[in-house]
Amino acid sequence: MDVLWLSRLQFAAAAIFHFLFVPLTLGLSFLTAIYQTLWLKTGDEDFKRAARFWGKIFLINFGLGVVTGITLEFQFGTNWRYYSEYVGDVFGPLLAIEATLAFFLESTFIAVWWFGWERLNPKVTTTAIWLTAIASTISALWILLANGWMQNPVGFEIRNGRAELTDFWALLTNPFGWSQFLHVIPASFTLGGFFVLGVCGYHLLKKRELSFFKKSFRIAAIWTLVWALLLVVLGHHHGAIVAKTQPTKLAAMEAIWETKKSADFALLLIPDEENEKNVVEAFKIPGMVSLLAYHNFNAEVKGLKEWPKEERPPVALNFWSFRLMVGLGFLFLFLGLWACIRRNSPENYPLLLRLLIINIPLPYIACQLGWIVAEVGRQPWIVYGLMKTKDAVSPLSVSQVAISFPAFIIVYGILGFVCFWLIIKTAIKGPEKEAAKTLGY
Amino acid sequence: MEGNIYQIIWFVLWAVLWTGYFVLDGFDLGAGSAFYLLGKKEEEKKAIYQALGPFWDGNEVWLITAGGATFAAFPKTYAVMFSSLYSALLLLLFSLILRGVSIEYRNKYDKPLWKTLWDLGFFLGSILPPFLLGVAFANIFQGIPIDEKGIYHGSLFTLLNPFGILGGLLFVFCFAAHGCNWIAFKTNGELSEKAATLSKKFTAVTLILAGLFFFGAYLSTNLWQNYFNCPLLLVFPVLSLAGFLMIFPFLIKKNFLGAFLASAVGISGFSAWGFAGLFPNMLPSSLNPAWNLTIYNSSSSLLTLQIMTVVALIFVPIVLAYTFWAYKTFSFKISSKEN
Repeated sequence: MDVLWLSRLQFAAAAIFHFLFVPLTLGLSFLTAIYQTLWLKTGDEDFKRAARFWGKIFLINFGLGVVTGITLEFQFGTNWRYYSEYVGDVFGPLLAIEATLAFFLESTFIAVWWFGWERLNPKVTTTAIWLTAIASTISALWILLANGWMQNPVGFEIRNGRAELTDFWALLTNPFGWSQFLHVIPASFTLGGFFVLGVCGYHLLKKRELSFFKKSFRIAAIWTLVWALLLVVLGHHHGAIVAKTQPTKLAAMEAIWETKKSADFALLLIPDEENEKNVVEAFKIPGMVSLLAYHNFNAEVKGLKEWPKEERPPVALNFWSFRLMVGLGFLFLFLGLWACIRRNSPENYPLLLRLLIINIPLPYIACQLGWIVAEVGRQPWIVYGLMKTKDAVSPLSVSQVAISFPAFIIVYGILGFVCFWLIIKTAIKGPEKEAAKTLGY
Repeated sequence: MEGNIYQIIWFVLWAVLWTGYFVLDGFDLGAGSAFYLLGKKEEEKKAIYQALGPFWDGNEVWLITAGGATFAAFPKTYAVMFSSLYSALLLLLFSLILRGVSIEYRNKYDKPLWKTLWDLGFFLGSILPPFLLGVAFANIFQGIPIDEKGIYHGSLFTLLNPFGILGGLLFVFCFAAHGCNWIAFKTNGELSEKAATLSKKFTAVTLILAGLFFFGAYLSTNLWQNYFNCPLLLVFPVLSLAGFLMIFPFLIKKNFLGAFLASAVGISGFSAWGFAGLFPNMLPSSLNPAWNLTIYNSSSSLLTLQIMTVVALIFVPIVLAYTFWAYKTFSFKISSKEN
């Protein structure tokens, strides 16, 4: 393998690993803040314990999210040198602003919340957990505006042999970045909600701490349904933006080879990448792809054959990832609805509880599939239409990346295993009898 | 590209961010480097973790921001520097990852082997970053073998030259002294006294290494050139040495906050000396001075620099304000007896 492929794999591994922790951070921070606020408003000790219990899991998860995030920022320079040089003028500020606006806020106030628990006024710690939650969402916005620029570059001109910023406002209002944000946030909040529901499900099945977990369940069920609904609606909206800005990605997602008006949506479809056709196309809904992508039954959808082979993204990977993600999205809507209907007495519905436990990993998988579509679907471009991935890689020696890539896999593998093991252990152990008398360390 | 004032502003901010990182993460890295010398008993070990717990994460954000600012303001320097120092940087990142996880997980499960392993991770993850940073900056000061296209002609071992290793050792010892001062200040009783005694030894070594480094810089870098041209700048190295020297009287008077601030001044002065000597270069080429990356040939466009300046003017004071508030909130003493 060459430096390009190793670097791509390494970046993919680092990004996938980072995003194992990000969505739970985003979702659970808000749920923790909500539980703590409910305690403040009602004085109910169960909500106090809930804030501490879910917050502790949040913290275990947060640690790995932070340290793996540093690697991503630095890898643009280490492995994608020509990318950094060519677009740093536009792309760099987004990362720098993210750090300035969000990371300081997040890291300072999560510490205030956790370590100030015994010493500070509950109003201060409640504010601190809200600030942490808001900061993590601000961070998501800036990083998605950065990624959105790679998907749909705006606000620049090619000058002095590089992309130079001409319109910062265009960068801030990039519709692609915003629609990604509006897709990632509901997805992450749904994941956080299902995580809580699944852990509650486990304890409710065992009839442990019934009152505690029923209260946590009730809030999480409403939360999850709201966000699962928004996830589907805003996910569709994002698909429409992709159709408008990235026709090759759309064609790969839907495995459309020939350009046609009123493109059908086949419920059952198996693409054959080598022969540039689909082996199976059955149960067609006429004009559905055109309708979904362009809100018009007769709209023309460009097929992959419009572009030379070297300008198309991998089809099968994108197609299957997209299909599976969408399927999971509808499953989440269904499960969210069911949980919400039974929110007041979930302990009487063991089948629902079992499904919620089994479901815990599924939103994680859906998030990863979504990122595969976003990033692999953008190929062969690192910046869509502007710079190819192969032109961006650093002039490294193969041995450097051949050592660092396996090192990533080993280090991340071990730490990821430990992190999830610790999360599961903490989740199974359940809340403390009294809300945390001891400090965190 | 001709020069503009924003390039100078961002060079200064770049130096300030790195200096902030050295001073802030310096103490928690340093305390971790001295971990086995400081913490013999479990209560002492726990007290060390508690003394760093609320701070290390925020301190590390300074590194992220320094990296982000390099990317945004000097993309070419970011691109060439980070790809040239590939192996050293990834080693730094792995160390920081190991360390962060060690601090977070060590006390979340109560088994001796679990704690022993994370303690080792914490120590290694704390002592490697200062060494790697010292090696990296010593090499940046003397220049690295990059050609006119910014392609690096060396390996990880090119960086491990005598001056580089001296830089690495200096960072390890001055961070360790700084970290001991913090532990002396944040804890009480035996642990605090032990930290103060250790700090004196580390400070003495720091002074010797700093002297050697200043002299070595005269032999193998151009850093002193700016000082010959503008002697006023000499205030930085003087401040640095004065800061490190002042640690002794403060420790003797048991004013540990004073000792901590003195080591902070020592590190800041040293860092300022290095960056002021480097100016206007950011990454000199050891092959040919014409291939140096400078603030003039590696910066972002004027518009980007202006936007970044506005962002920094608004948000840096806010960040500093709540960081200061958090430090004040958590400035209480941690006992190594309780718990």
